[in-house]
Amino acid sequence: MSSVPLFVAVNTFRESVRDRVLYNLIFFALLMMAAAVLVGQISIGIERLVIINLGLSAISLLGLVMSVFIGVGLVYKEIEKRTLYSILAKPVRRWEFLAGKYLGLLLTLAINTALMTLGLFLALLYVDRAIGRADAHILLAVYFILLEFALVTALALFFSCFSTPILSTLYTLGLYVAGMFASDLRDAGALSSSGAVKAVTSVLYYALPNFSNFNVIGATAHGDPIPISLVWQNTAYAAIYILALLLAASAVFSNRNLK
Amino acid sequence: MGTPAIEIEGLTKDYAVGFWRKRTRRALDGLTFQVREGEVFGFLGPNGAGKTTTLKLLMGLIFPTSGTARIRGRSIDDVEMHREIGFLPEQPYFYDYLTARELLDYSARFFRFTEADRRERVTRFLERVGLSAAADVQLRRFSKGMLQRVGIAQAILHDPQVIFLDEPTSGLDPVGRREVRDIILDLQRQGRTVFFSTHILPDAEVLCDRVAVLVGGKLQGVGTPQEIVSIEVQGMEILFELPAGRSVPGALAGRVTPSGVAYRLEVPEAELYDAITQLRAAEARILSVTQLKPTLEDYFFRLVGRETAPSYAVEVANK
Repeated sequence: MSSVPLFVAVNTFRESVRDRVLYNLIFFALLMMAAAVLVGQISIGIERLVIINLGLSAISLLGLVMSVFIGVGLVYKEIEKRTLYSILAKPVRRWEFLAGKYLGLLLTLAINTALMTLGLFLALLYVDRAIGRADAHILLAVYFILLEFALVTALALFFSCFSTPILSTLYTLGLYVAGMFASDLRDAGALSSSGAVKAVTSVLYYALPNFSNFNVIGATAHGDPIPISLVWQNTAYAAIYILALLLAASAVFSNRNLK
Repeated sequence: MGTPAIEIEGLTKDYAVGFWRKRTRRALDGLTFQVREGEVFGFLGPNGAGKTTTLKLLMGLIFPTSGTARIRGRSIDDVEMHREIGFLPEQPYFYDYLTARELLDYSARFFRFTEADRRERVTRFLERVGLSAAADVQLRRFSKGMLQRVGIAQAILHDPQVIFLDEPTSGLDPVGRREVRDIILDLQRQGRTVFFSTHILPDAEVLCDRVAVLVGGKLQGVGTPQEIVSIEVQGMEILFELPAGRSVPGALAGRVTPSGVAYRLEVPEAELYDAITQLRAAEARILSVTQLKPTLEDYFFRLVGRETAPSYAVEVANK
Protein backbone atom coordinates (compact mmCIF):
# COMPACT_ATOMS: atom_id res chain seq x y z
CA MET A 1 0.00 0.00 0.00
CA SER A 2 1.35 3.38 -1.00
CA SER A 3 2.16 5.83 1.78
CA VAL A 4 1.90 8.81 -0.58
CA PRO A 5 -1.74 9.67 0.28
CA LEU A 6 -0.77 9.67 3.96
CA PHE A 7 2.05 12.20 3.40
CA VAL A 8 -0.25 14.43 1.35
CA ALA A 9 -3.02 14.07 3.97
CA VAL A 10 -0.75 15.11 6.83
CA ASN A 11 0.42 18.13 4.84
CA THR A 12 -3.17 19.10 4.01
CA PHE A 13 -4.04 18.89 7.70
CA ARG A 14 -1.01 21.02 8.55
CA GLU A 15 -2.19 23.60 6.01
CA SER A 16 -5.60 23.78 7.72
CA VAL A 17 -3.99 24.25 11.11
CA ARG A 18 -1.57 26.94 9.88
CA ASP A 19 -4.36 28.71 8.00
CA ARG A 20 -6.21 28.89 11.33
CA VAL A 21 -9.15 26.85 10.10
CA LEU A 22 -9.61 25.40 13.57
CA TYR A 23 -10.36 28.89 14.90
CA ASN A 24 -14.03 28.06 14.33
CA LEU A 25 -13.69 26.07 17.55
CA ILE A 26 -13.51 29.33 19.46
CA PHE A 27 -16.88 30.33 18.05
CA PHE A 28 -18.31 26.94 18.97
CA ALA A 29 -16.88 27.12 22.50
CA LEU A 30 -18.40 30.57 23.03
CA LEU A 31 -21.75 29.34 21.67
CA MET A 32 -21.77 26.34 23.98
CA MET A 33 -20.77 28.41 27.02
CA ALA A 34 -23.45 30.99 26.32
CA ALA A 35 -26.06 28.27 25.72
CA ALA A 36 -25.12 26.39 28.89
CA VAL A 37 -25.39 29.52 31.03
CA LEU A 38 -28.59 30.86 29.43
CA VAL A 39 -30.50 27.66 28.93
CA GLY A 40 -30.92 27.06 32.66
CA GLN A 41 -32.57 30.44 33.03
CA ILE A 42 -35.01 30.29 30.11
CA SER A 43 -36.00 26.63 29.75
CA ILE A 44 -37.21 24.47 32.61
CA GLY A 45 -36.72 20.74 32.20
CA ILE A 46 -35.63 20.84 28.59
CA GLU A 47 -32.07 22.03 29.09
CA ARG A 48 -30.62 18.78 27.74
CA LEU A 49 -32.85 18.88 24.68
CA VAL A 50 -31.84 22.45 23.86
CA ILE A 51 -28.12 21.90 24.45
CA ILE A 52 -28.00 18.67 22.39
CA ASN A 53 -30.05 20.19 19.59
CA LEU A 54 -28.01 23.37 19.50
CA GLY A 55 -24.67 21.60 19.90
CA LEU A 56 -25.24 18.97 17.20
CA SER A 57 -26.71 21.57 14.82
CA ALA A 58 -23.67 23.81 15.31
CA ILE A 59 -21.28 20.88 14.81
CA SER A 60 -23.11 19.96 11.64
CA LEU A 61 -23.29 23.51 10.26
CA LEU A 62 -19.70 24.52 11.02
CA GLY A 63 -18.35 21.25 9.63
CA LEU A 64 -20.51 21.56 6.56
CA VAL A 65 -19.19 25.04 5.87
CA MET A 66 -15.61 23.72 6.21
CA SER A 67 -16.31 20.70 3.99
CA VAL A 68 -17.72 22.82 1.20
CA PHE A 69 -15.49 25.88 1.30
CA ILE A 70 -12.19 24.07 1.86
CA GLY A 71 -13.23 21.09 -0.27
CA VAL A 72 -13.90 23.15 -3.41
CA GLY A 73 -10.39 24.60 -3.24
CA LEU A 74 -8.56 21.36 -2.47
CA VAL A 75 -7.41 20.70 -6.02
CA TYR A 76 -8.27 24.00 -7.68
CA LYS A 77 -5.99 25.97 -5.38
CA GLU A 78 -3.10 23.58 -6.00
CA ILE A 79 -3.49 24.02 -9.75
CA GLU A 80 -3.96 27.80 -9.57
CA LYS A 81 -0.96 28.29 -7.28
CA ARG A 82 0.98 25.64 -9.20
CA THR A 83 2.09 24.09 -5.90
CA LEU A 84 1.37 20.61 -7.22
CA TYR A 85 3.86 20.94 -10.10
CA SER A 86 6.81 20.00 -7.94
CA ILE A 87 4.79 17.27 -6.19
CA LEU A 88 3.60 15.56 -9.38
CA ALA A 89 7.16 15.66 -10.73
CA LYS A 90 7.99 13.25 -7.91
CA PRO A 91 6.91 9.59 -7.91
CA VAL A 92 3.34 10.57 -7.05
CA ARG A 93 0.33 9.28 -8.98
CA ARG A 94 -2.47 11.73 -9.46
CA TRP A 95 -4.99 9.52 -7.69
CA GLU A 96 -2.63 9.26 -4.72
CA PHE A 97 -2.44 13.04 -4.53
CA LEU A 98 -6.22 13.30 -4.75
CA ALA A 99 -6.76 10.64 -2.08
CA GLY A 100 -4.28 12.45 0.16
CA LYS A 101 -6.04 15.79 -0.21
CA TYR A 102 -9.37 14.13 0.58
CA LEU A 103 -8.06 12.28 3.63
CA GLY A 104 -6.30 15.42 4.85
CA LEU A 105 -9.51 17.43 4.91
CA LEU A 106 -11.34 14.50 6.47
CA LEU A 107 -8.69 14.37 9.21
CA THR A 108 -9.16 18.10 9.83
CA LEU A 109 -12.93 17.67 10.00
CA ALA A 110 -12.67 14.65 12.31
CA ILE A 111 -10.40 16.45 14.78
CA ASN A 112 -12.53 19.59 14.59
CA THR A 113 -15.69 17.55 15.19
CA ALA A 114 -14.09 15.57 18.03
CA LEU A 115 -13.14 18.79 19.83
CA MET A 116 -16.62 20.26 19.31
CA THR A 117 -18.20 17.05 20.61
CA LEU A 118 -16.03 17.35 23.70
CA GLY A 119 -17.35 20.90 24.10
CA LEU A 120 -20.92 19.65 23.79
CA PHE A 121 -20.38 17.06 26.52
CA LEU A 122 -18.80 19.69 28.77
CA ALA A 123 -21.86 21.91 28.26
CA LEU A 124 -24.12 18.96 29.10
CA LEU A 125 -22.06 18.25 32.18
CA TYR A 126 -22.48 21.87 33.22
CA VAL A 127 -26.30 21.89 32.92
CA ASP A 128 -26.91 18.30 34.10
CA ARG A 129 -24.02 17.83 36.51
CA ALA A 130 -23.66 14.30 35.12
CA ILE A 131 -23.16 12.36 31.89
CA GLY A 132 -24.73 8.92 31.70
CA ARG A 133 -24.56 5.95 29.37
CA ALA A 134 -27.69 7.25 27.67
CA ASP A 135 -25.63 10.12 26.33
CA ALA A 136 -23.61 7.71 24.22
CA HIS A 137 -26.24 7.98 21.49
CA ILE A 138 -24.98 11.53 20.92
CA LEU A 139 -21.81 9.92 19.60
CA LEU A 140 -23.89 8.02 17.08
CA ALA A 141 -25.41 11.28 15.83
CA VAL A 142 -21.88 12.72 15.59
CA TYR A 143 -20.82 9.67 13.60
CA PHE A 144 -23.66 10.31 11.12
CA ILE A 145 -22.62 13.95 10.89
CA LEU A 146 -19.07 12.82 10.06
CA LEU A 147 -20.41 10.53 7.33
CA GLU A 148 -22.28 13.52 5.96
CA PHE A 149 -19.06 15.60 5.95
CA ALA A 150 -17.20 12.79 4.18
CA LEU A 151 -19.84 12.68 1.47
CA VAL A 152 -20.02 16.48 1.06
CA THR A 153 -16.21 16.68 0.92
CA ALA A 154 -16.13 14.00 -1.80
CA LEU A 155 -18.69 16.00 -3.79
CA ALA A 156 -16.70 19.23 -3.36
CA LEU A 157 -13.44 17.49 -4.29
CA PHE A 158 -15.03 16.01 -7.41
CA PHE A 159 -16.16 19.43 -8.62
CA SER A 160 -12.83 20.95 -7.57
CA CYS A 161 -11.11 18.76 -10.18
CA PHE A 162 -12.65 20.57 -13.12
CA SER A 163 -14.48 23.69 -11.95
CA THR A 164 -13.86 27.01 -10.26
CA PRO A 165 -14.47 27.33 -6.49
CA ILE A 166 -17.58 29.50 -6.98
CA LEU A 167 -19.24 27.06 -9.36
CA SER A 168 -18.10 24.08 -7.30
CA THR A 169 -19.66 25.66 -4.20
CA LEU A 170 -22.93 26.16 -6.06
CA TYR A 171 -22.92 22.58 -7.37
CA THR A 172 -22.05 21.08 -4.00
CA LEU A 173 -24.56 23.13 -2.01
CA GLY A 174 -27.19 22.54 -4.70
CA LEU A 175 -26.72 18.79 -4.49
CA TYR A 176 -26.67 18.96 -0.70
CA VAL A 177 -30.02 20.75 -0.58
CA ALA A 178 -31.50 18.50 -3.28
CA GLY A 179 -30.16 15.47 -1.40
CA MET A 180 -31.87 16.62 1.80
CA PHE A 181 -35.18 16.42 -0.05
CA ALA A 182 -34.46 13.26 -2.07
CA SER A 183 -37.05 11.22 -0.16
CA ASP A 184 -39.68 13.97 -0.56
CA LEU A 185 -38.97 13.98 -4.29
CA ARG A 186 -39.67 10.28 -4.55
CA ASP A 187 -42.81 10.60 -2.43
CA ALA A 188 -44.04 13.44 -4.65
CA GLY A 189 -43.43 11.31 -7.71
CA ALA A 190 -45.36 8.43 -6.19
CA LEU A 191 -48.42 10.67 -5.89
CA SER A 192 -48.29 11.49 -9.59
CA SER A 193 -50.38 9.53 -12.05
CA SER A 194 -47.78 10.08 -14.80
CA GLY A 195 -45.42 7.16 -15.34
CA ALA A 196 -42.74 9.50 -16.71
CA VAL A 197 -42.82 11.69 -13.58
CA LYS A 198 -42.62 8.57 -11.40
CA ALA A 199 -39.63 7.32 -13.39
CA VAL A 200 -37.78 10.66 -13.29
CA THR A 201 -38.32 11.19 -9.55
CA SER A 202 -37.29 7.61 -8.91
CA VAL A 203 -34.05 8.01 -10.87
CA LEU A 204 -33.33 11.29 -9.08
CA TYR A 205 -33.98 9.64 -5.72
CA TYR A 206 -31.36 6.99 -6.40
CA ALA A 207 -28.88 9.30 -8.12
CA LEU A 208 -28.90 12.17 -5.61
CA PRO A 209 -26.89 11.77 -2.43
CA ASN A 210 -29.54 11.10 0.21
CA PHE A 211 -28.54 13.37 3.09
CA SER A 212 -31.82 13.16 4.98
CA ASN A 213 -30.91 9.70 6.30
CA PHE A 214 -27.91 11.15 8.12
CA ASN A 215 -29.92 13.67 10.10
CA VAL A 216 -30.83 12.20 13.49
CA ILE A 217 -30.28 15.36 15.53
CA GLY A 218 -33.96 15.73 16.50
CA ALA A 219 -34.30 12.08 17.49
CA THR A 220 -31.05 12.22 19.48
CA ALA A 221 -32.11 15.34 21.36
CA HIS A 222 -35.38 13.67 22.32
CA GLY A 223 -33.55 10.52 23.40
CA ASP A 224 -35.26 8.36 20.77
CA PRO A 225 -33.39 5.15 19.96
CA ILE A 226 -31.55 4.98 16.65
CA PRO A 227 -31.92 1.58 14.98
CA ILE A 228 -28.62 -0.23 14.54
CA SER A 229 -29.65 -1.12 10.98
CA LEU A 230 -29.53 2.59 10.12
CA VAL A 231 -25.86 2.67 11.20
CA TRP A 232 -24.94 -0.08 8.74
CA GLN A 233 -27.13 1.35 5.99
CA ASN A 234 -25.71 4.85 6.32
CA THR A 235 -22.13 3.58 6.56
CA ALA A 236 -22.45 1.37 3.48
CA TYR A 237 -24.35 4.05 1.55
CA ALA A 238 -21.76 6.74 2.31
CA ALA A 239 -18.84 4.41 1.54
CA ILE A 240 -20.22 3.38 -1.86
CA TYR A 241 -21.20 6.91 -2.84
CA ILE A 242 -17.84 8.35 -1.73
CA LEU A 243 -15.91 5.64 -3.56
CA ALA A 244 -17.84 6.34 -6.76
CA LEU A 245 -17.19 10.09 -6.43
CA LEU A 246 -13.47 9.61 -5.73
CA LEU A 247 -13.12 7.26 -8.70
CA ALA A 248 -14.87 9.80 -10.93
CA ALA A 249 -12.72 12.61 -9.55
CA SER A 250 -9.59 10.54 -10.13
CA ALA A 251 -10.62 9.76 -13.72
CA VAL A 252 -11.19 13.47 -14.43
CA PHE A 253 -8.03 14.67 -12.67
CA SER A 254 -5.76 11.96 -14.13
CA ASN A 255 -6.59 13.05 -17.66
CA ARG A 256 -6.52 16.76 -17.07
CA ASN A 257 -3.90 19.04 -18.60
CA LEU A 258 -2.64 21.31 -15.85
CA LYS A 259 -2.41 24.96 -16.81
CA MET B 1 26.87 4.68 -26.89
CA GLY B 2 24.47 4.13 -23.96
CA THR B 3 20.82 5.06 -23.64
CA PRO B 4 20.31 8.81 -23.99
CA ALA B 5 19.24 10.64 -20.84
CA ILE B 6 16.33 12.18 -22.72
CA GLU B 7 14.83 11.12 -26.05
CA ILE B 8 12.10 13.25 -27.56
CA GLU B 9 10.43 12.04 -30.75
CA GLY B 10 7.89 14.11 -32.67
CA LEU B 11 6.45 15.71 -29.55
CA THR B 12 3.47 17.87 -30.47
CA LYS B 13 1.03 19.76 -28.29
CA ASP B 14 -2.14 21.47 -29.46
CA TYR B 15 -4.34 23.61 -27.28
CA ALA B 16 -7.98 24.40 -27.94
CA VAL B 17 -8.59 28.14 -27.77
CA GLY B 18 -11.76 30.21 -27.99
CA PHE B 19 -14.99 29.81 -26.07
CA TRP B 20 -17.70 29.35 -28.66
CA ARG B 21 -15.72 28.59 -31.78
CA LYS B 22 -12.96 26.26 -30.73
CA ARG B 23 -9.75 26.62 -32.65
CA THR B 24 -6.49 24.79 -32.26
CA ARG B 25 -3.24 26.50 -31.37
CA ARG B 26 -0.09 24.46 -31.82
CA ALA B 27 2.25 25.18 -28.91
CA LEU B 28 4.81 22.54 -29.86
CA ASP B 29 5.36 21.14 -33.32
CA GLY B 30 7.07 17.78 -33.84
CA LEU B 31 9.91 18.34 -31.40
CA THR B 32 12.68 15.74 -31.85
CA PHE B 33 16.10 15.64 -30.19
CA GLN B 34 18.18 13.70 -27.68
CA VAL B 35 20.17 14.69 -24.62
CA ARG B 36 23.19 12.57 -23.67
CA GLU B 37 23.95 11.30 -20.19
CA GLY B 38 26.07 13.74 -18.18
CA GLU B 39 25.36 16.69 -20.45
CA VAL B 40 24.35 20.18 -19.40
CA PHE B 41 21.77 20.95 -22.04
CA GLY B 42 20.30 24.39 -22.57
CA PHE B 43 16.83 24.81 -23.99
CA LEU B 44 16.72 28.29 -25.47
CA GLY B 45 13.89 30.33 -26.85
CA PRO B 46 11.96 33.57 -26.40
CA ASN B 47 8.87 33.69 -24.20
CA GLY B 48 6.05 31.68 -25.69
CA ALA B 49 8.41 29.49 -27.71
CA GLY B 50 7.18 26.29 -26.03
CA LYS B 51 9.99 25.71 -23.51
CA THR B 52 7.73 25.40 -20.48
CA THR B 53 5.23 23.34 -22.51
CA THR B 54 8.02 20.88 -23.30
CA LEU B 55 9.04 20.64 -19.65
CA LYS B 56 5.43 20.18 -18.54
CA LEU B 57 5.02 17.39 -21.09
CA LEU B 58 8.18 15.68 -19.84
CA MET B 59 6.98 15.97 -16.24
CA GLY B 60 3.56 14.52 -17.06
CA LEU B 61 1.75 17.72 -16.06
CA ILE B 62 0.16 17.92 -19.52
CA PHE B 63 -0.29 15.25 -22.16
CA PRO B 64 1.05 15.29 -25.73
CA THR B 65 -1.24 15.50 -28.74
CA SER B 66 1.21 13.20 -30.50
CA GLY B 67 4.78 12.01 -30.17
CA THR B 68 6.69 10.28 -27.42
CA ALA B 69 9.42 11.01 -24.92
CA ARG B 70 11.62 8.77 -22.81
CA ILE B 71 13.84 9.63 -19.90
CA ARG B 72 16.69 7.19 -19.23
CA GLY B 73 14.92 4.71 -21.46
CA ARG B 74 11.60 4.88 -19.58
CA SER B 75 8.39 6.36 -20.87
CA ILE B 76 7.31 9.68 -19.38
CA ASP B 77 4.03 7.94 -18.43
CA ASP B 78 5.93 5.73 -16.01
CA VAL B 79 5.57 7.29 -12.55
CA GLU B 80 8.48 5.23 -11.19
CA MET B 81 10.74 7.05 -13.67
CA HIS B 82 10.22 10.12 -11.48
CA ARG B 83 12.51 8.59 -8.85
CA GLU B 84 15.40 9.37 -11.19
CA ILE B 85 14.53 12.95 -12.04
CA GLY B 86 14.28 16.29 -10.29
CA PHE B 87 12.28 19.31 -11.41
CA LEU B 88 12.37 23.01 -10.64
CA PRO B 89 9.26 24.71 -12.09
CA GLU B 90 9.40 28.21 -13.55
CA GLN B 91 8.84 30.83 -10.84
CA PRO B 92 8.37 28.08 -8.28
CA TYR B 93 5.43 28.23 -5.92
CA PHE B 94 5.57 26.17 -2.80
CA TYR B 95 3.35 25.75 0.23
CA ASP B 96 4.09 29.08 1.86
CA TYR B 97 2.85 27.94 5.27
CA LEU B 98 5.79 25.51 5.45
CA THR B 99 9.32 26.36 6.50
CA ALA B 100 12.18 25.52 4.14
CA ARG B 101 13.08 22.54 6.30
CA GLU B 102 9.49 21.28 6.34
CA LEU B 103 9.17 21.62 2.56
CA LEU B 104 12.34 19.65 1.95
CA ASP B 105 11.28 17.04 4.49
CA TYR B 106 7.89 16.74 2.77
CA SER B 107 9.60 16.43 -0.63
CA ALA B 108 11.97 13.76 0.67
CA ARG B 109 9.10 11.65 2.01
CA PHE B 110 8.09 10.67 -1.51
CA PHE B 111 11.35 8.77 -1.85
CA ARG B 112 12.31 5.70 0.12
CA PHE B 113 14.68 7.17 2.67
CA THR B 114 14.99 6.18 6.30
CA GLU B 115 14.06 8.92 8.72
CA ALA B 116 17.71 9.48 9.68
CA ASP B 117 18.74 9.70 6.00
CA ARG B 118 15.90 12.10 5.29
CA ARG B 119 16.91 14.44 8.10
CA GLU B 120 20.55 14.33 7.11
CA ARG B 121 19.71 15.11 3.48
CA VAL B 122 17.45 18.01 4.41
CA THR B 123 20.17 19.58 6.55
CA ARG B 124 22.85 18.93 3.93
CA PHE B 125 20.88 20.39 1.03
CA LEU B 126 19.76 23.42 3.02
CA GLU B 127 23.43 24.08 3.60
CA ARG B 128 24.28 23.43 -0.05
CA VAL B 129 21.88 26.10 -1.28
CA GLY B 130 22.89 28.49 1.50
CA LEU B 131 19.63 28.42 3.43
CA SER B 132 20.77 26.94 6.76
CA ALA B 133 20.15 30.21 8.57
CA ALA B 134 16.62 30.48 7.14
CA ALA B 135 15.77 26.78 7.51
CA ASP B 136 12.99 27.38 10.01
CA VAL B 137 11.47 30.48 8.42
CA GLN B 138 8.11 30.12 6.66
CA LEU B 139 8.41 30.34 2.87
CA ARG B 140 5.93 33.23 2.78
CA ARG B 141 8.76 35.37 4.16
CA PHE B 142 11.24 34.26 1.51
CA SER B 143 12.55 36.46 -1.31
CA LYS B 144 12.34 35.27 -4.91
CA GLY B 145 15.99 34.27 -4.87
CA MET B 146 15.56 32.27 -1.68
CA LEU B 147 12.51 30.49 -3.14
CA GLN B 148 14.54 29.63 -6.21
CA ARG B 149 17.22 28.13 -4.01
CA VAL B 150 14.79 26.08 -1.94
CA GLY B 151 13.25 25.00 -5.26
CA ILE B 152 16.60 23.75 -6.48
CA ALA B 153 17.16 21.95 -3.17
CA GLN B 154 13.83 20.09 -3.44
CA ALA B 155 14.70 19.15 -7.02
CA ILE B 156 18.07 17.57 -6.20
CA LEU B 157 17.85 16.27 -2.64
CA HIS B 158 17.07 12.71 -3.76
CA ASP B 159 20.21 12.63 -5.97
CA PRO B 160 18.35 12.38 -9.29
CA GLN B 161 20.26 11.42 -12.44
CA VAL B 162 18.46 13.92 -14.66
CA ILE B 163 17.55 17.38 -13.40
CA PHE B 164 15.09 19.65 -15.20
CA LEU B 165 15.26 23.35 -14.37
CA ASP B 166 12.78 25.78 -15.90
CA GLU B 167 14.35 29.25 -16.12
CA PRO B 168 16.51 28.68 -13.02
CA THR B 169 18.30 32.03 -13.20
CA SER B 170 15.38 34.17 -14.31
CA GLY B 171 14.68 37.11 -12.02
CA LEU B 172 17.73 36.54 -9.84
CA ASP B 173 20.31 39.16 -8.95
CA PRO B 174 23.90 38.61 -10.18
CA VAL B 175 24.89 36.87 -6.94
CA GLY B 176 21.88 34.55 -7.12
CA ARG B 177 22.59 33.75 -10.77
CA ARG B 178 26.18 32.94 -9.94
CA GLU B 179 25.08 30.61 -7.14
CA VAL B 180 22.65 28.77 -9.42
CA ARG B 181 25.34 28.45 -12.08
CA ASP B 182 27.71 26.98 -9.48
CA ILE B 183 25.11 24.41 -8.46
CA ILE B 184 24.58 23.38 -12.10
CA LEU B 185 28.34 23.06 -12.65
CA ASP B 186 28.59 21.06 -9.45
CA LEU B 187 25.88 18.68 -10.71
CA GLN B 188 27.76 18.35 -13.99
CA ARG B 189 30.93 17.39 -12.12
CA GLN B 190 28.94 14.66 -10.37
CA GLY B 191 27.98 13.25 -13.77
CA ARG B 192 24.34 14.31 -13.63
CA THR B 193 22.40 15.35 -16.70
CA VAL B 194 21.02 18.87 -16.41
CA PHE B 195 18.35 20.10 -18.81
CA PHE B 196 17.49 23.72 -18.29
CA SER B 197 15.44 26.24 -20.18
CA THR B 198 16.53 29.82 -20.38
CA HIS B 199 16.30 32.97 -22.40
CA ILE B 200 19.53 34.30 -20.91
CA LEU B 201 22.28 33.70 -23.46
CA PRO B 202 25.33 34.20 -21.18
CA ASP B 203 24.03 31.40 -18.94
CA ALA B 204 23.82 29.06 -21.90
CA GLU B 205 27.28 30.10 -23.09
CA VAL B 206 28.89 29.52 -19.71
CA LEU B 207 27.12 26.32 -18.70
CA CYS B 208 25.98 24.27 -21.65
CA ASP B 209 27.66 21.47 -23.52
CA ARG B 210 24.90 21.71 -26.11
CA VAL B 211 21.78 23.78 -26.63
CA ALA B 212 18.54 23.45 -28.55
CA VAL B 213 16.77 26.53 -29.84
CA LEU B 214 13.01 26.64 -29.99
CA VAL B 215 10.99 29.39 -31.67
CA GLY B 216 7.24 29.35 -32.15
CA GLY B 217 7.03 25.72 -31.00
CA LYS B 218 9.51 24.55 -33.63
CA LEU B 219 13.05 23.37 -33.11
CA GLN B 220 15.52 25.61 -34.93
CA GLY B 221 18.64 23.59 -34.22
CA VAL B 222 20.68 21.56 -31.74
CA GLY B 223 24.40 21.83 -31.15
CA THR B 224 27.07 23.56 -29.10
CA PRO B 225 26.28 27.17 -28.19
CA GLN B 226 28.94 28.35 -30.63
CA GLU B 227 27.49 26.31 -33.48
CA ILE B 228 23.90 27.22 -32.84
CA VAL B 229 23.85 30.76 -31.64
CA SER B 230 26.98 31.62 -33.65
CA ILE B 231 28.22 33.98 -31.01
CA GLU B 232 30.55 35.83 -33.31
CA VAL B 233 32.15 38.97 -32.02
CA GLN B 234 30.51 41.90 -33.75
CA GLY B 235 33.20 44.40 -32.85
CA MET B 236 35.15 45.96 -30.00
CA GLU B 237 34.14 48.76 -27.69
CA ILE B 238 36.85 51.02 -26.25
CA LEU B 239 36.11 53.41 -23.40
CA PHE B 240 38.75 56.10 -22.90
CA GLU B 241 39.44 59.49 -21.34
CA LEU B 242 41.40 62.34 -22.89
CA PRO B 243 43.65 64.73 -21.00
CA ALA B 244 42.66 68.40 -21.06
CA GLY B 245 43.51 70.08 -24.33
CA ARG B 246 43.79 66.86 -26.34
CA SER B 247 41.29 65.91 -28.99
CA VAL B 248 40.24 62.65 -30.60
CA PRO B 249 42.61 61.62 -33.40
CA GLY B 250 41.22 62.67 -36.76
CA ALA B 251 40.88 59.19 -38.24
CA LEU B 252 38.69 58.09 -35.33
CA ALA B 253 36.78 61.32 -34.74
CA GLY B 254 33.69 60.33 -36.71
CA ARG B 255 33.22 57.06 -34.76
CA VAL B 256 33.63 58.40 -31.23
CA THR B 257 30.64 59.23 -29.06
CA PRO B 258 30.82 60.96 -25.66
CA SER B 259 29.90 58.67 -22.77
CA GLY B 260 29.63 60.68 -19.55
CA VAL B 261 33.08 62.13 -18.81
CA ALA B 262 34.66 59.54 -21.11
CA TYR B 263 34.44 58.63 -24.80
CA ARG B 264 33.18 55.48 -26.47
CA LEU B 265 34.59 54.06 -29.67
CA GLU B 266 33.35 51.03 -31.63
CA VAL B 267 35.76 49.43 -34.07
CA PRO B 268 35.92 46.14 -35.98
CA GLU B 269 38.01 43.49 -34.18
CA ALA B 270 40.74 43.65 -36.87
CA GLU B 271 41.24 47.40 -36.30
CA LEU B 272 41.48 47.20 -32.50
CA TYR B 273 45.26 47.48 -32.12
CA ASP B 274 45.49 50.23 -34.71
CA ALA B 275 42.81 52.22 -32.86
CA ILE B 276 44.61 51.71 -29.53
CA THR B 277 47.89 52.89 -31.07
CA GLN B 278 46.19 56.07 -32.30
CA LEU B 279 44.57 56.70 -28.94
CA ARG B 280 47.85 56.21 -27.08
CA ALA B 281 49.50 58.63 -29.46
CA ALA B 282 46.85 61.14 -28.41
CA GLU B 283 47.73 60.33 -24.74
CA ALA B 284 44.28 58.88 -24.16
CA ARG B 285 43.75 56.84 -20.99
CA ILE B 286 42.04 53.59 -21.97
CA LEU B 287 39.45 52.58 -19.37
CA SER B 288 38.15 49.34 -20.87
CA VAL B 289 38.09 47.21 -24.00
CA THR B 290 35.04 44.97 -24.41
CA GLN B 291 33.93 42.48 -27.05
CA LEU B 292 30.57 43.32 -28.60
CA LYS B 293 28.46 40.17 -29.00
CA PRO B 294 24.92 39.82 -30.23
CA THR B 295 22.38 39.48 -27.45
CA LEU B 296 19.91 36.64 -27.40
CA GLU B 297 17.30 39.19 -28.44
CA ASP B 298 19.40 40.01 -31.52
CA TYR B 299 19.66 36.31 -32.21
CA PHE B 300 15.94 35.70 -31.93
CA PHE B 301 15.11 38.71 -34.03
CA ARG B 302 17.44 37.41 -36.68
CA LEU B 303 15.98 33.92 -36.45
CA VAL B 304 12.29 34.71 -36.57
CA GLY B 305 12.45 37.97 -38.50
CA ARG B 306 10.75 41.12 -37.31
CA GLU B 307 8.04 40.99 -39.93
CA THR B 308 7.02 37.38 -39.39
CA ALA B 309 6.93 37.29 -35.62
CA PRO B 310 5.73 40.54 -34.10
CA SER B 311 4.44 38.74 -31.01
CA TYR B 312 7.91 37.47 -30.18
CA ALA B 313 9.28 40.92 -30.71
CA VAL B 314 6.87 42.30 -28.13
CA GLU B 315 7.59 39.58 -25.63
CA VAL B 316 11.33 39.83 -26.01
CA ALA B 317 11.20 43.62 -25.73
CA ASN B 318 9.31 43.32 -22.47
CA LYS B 319 12.00 41.13 -20.93
